Amino acid sequence: MTITGALFYFFAAVLLFAAFRVITARSTVHAVLYLVLAFANASVIWILLRAEFLAITLVLVYVGAVMVLFLFVVMMLDTGSEDFRDGFWKHLPVAGAIGALIALEMALVLMGGFQLTDAPVLDPALAKLGNTRLLGIEIYTKYLYPMQIAAVLLLVAIIAAIALTLRQRKDSRSQNASQQVLAKKADRLRIVKMAPVIEVPATVATGEKK
Amino acid sequence: MSFGPITLGHYLSLGGLLFAMSVIGIYLNRRNLIVLLMAIELMLLAVNMNFVAFSHYLGDMAGQVFVFFILTVAAAEAAIGLAILVVLFRNRATINVDELDTLKG
Repeated sequence: MTITGALFYFFAAVLLFAAFRVITARSTVHAVLYLVLAFANASVIWILLRAEFLAITLVLVYVGAVMVLFLFVVMMLDTGSEDFRDGFWKHLPVAGAIGALIALEMALVLMGGFQLTDAPVLDPALAKLGNTRLLGIEIYTKYLYPMQIAAVLLLVAIIAAIALTLRQRKDSRSQNASQQVLAKKADRLRIVKMAPVIEVPATVATGEKK
Repeated sequence: MSFGPITLGHYLSLGGLLFAMSVIGIYLNRRNLIVLLMAIELMLLAVNMNFVAFSHYLGDMAGQVFVFFILTVAAAEAAIGLAILVVLFRNRATINVDELDTLKG
C-alpha cells in the first residue's frame, strides 16, 4: 500500500465517521461542527486527486462562509427546548435498510468496473501550468457564459436573502428625505388672523392721572 | 478488502457511501429542518467527490468546472434556505417539520 493509499483510507474513514456523527448528533451545534470536519477531510481527499483549487475553495467557501452561516442560524434560533429525536429509533430500521440498499446497489455497479488505477499522463506543457491555471483557462474560455450566469445567480441569492429577512423595526424613528424636501410652507406654518391688541404704556397711564 | 492501488472505484465508493449516509440522515432527522439542510449539503459533497474523481482519472478538466458551478449553486441554496428558515422561525417560533402543516387545510 502506497503513502497515497494510506492517506486515502485514513481521511476517508474520518470523513465517513464525521458524516455519521452529523446525522446522529443529539445537538445541532455538534452536527454543524462535525460537518465542518467532514468538509475539511473531503478537501484533503480532493488534494489527493490533485484538485487543489477546488479543495481550497471548499475550505474557504464552505467552512469559512456557509458553515459559519449555519452556526449563526443554529445559535440564533432558540430550539433548545424542543426534542427532535422522538422518531429517531422508530425511523432507524427503514432508514438503515434504504441506506444499505443504496450502498449495496452502488457497490454492485462500482466494484465491477472503474478499475482505472492511474490518471492519464498530462501533456508536460499543460502540467507545468498547474491545476488552478488550467481550471481558470477552462472557465474563462469555454464556460464564460455559464460563469456569468453563476455570478447573476449569486447576486439574486444575495438580494433574495436580504429581502426575505429585512424588516422595519416598529419602534425606530427614521428620516424620510424625499418627504422632507417635498414639504410646503403650508404644511408647517399656519398664519392666524387676529385683532390687534394695543397696550397702553405705563408712563402715559400715570401722566393722565395728574 | 484489497489494499491494492487506489482506483477510481475507491473514490466512487466513498462518494456512494457518503450519499447513502446522507439519505439515512434525511430519514432519521426529518423533524429538524437544519439537519435536513446539512444532509443535503453532504449529498452535494458526495456528488462533487464523484465529479472530481472522474475529472482526475479521465484527465478532463470539465468535471472540475462543474464542481465549481455546483459549489456556487449550493452556496446560494444554503443562503436562501437559511433565510427562509429564519423567517419561518420568526413567524411560527418553531422549525419542527411536524408542526409546519398550515397548508394541510
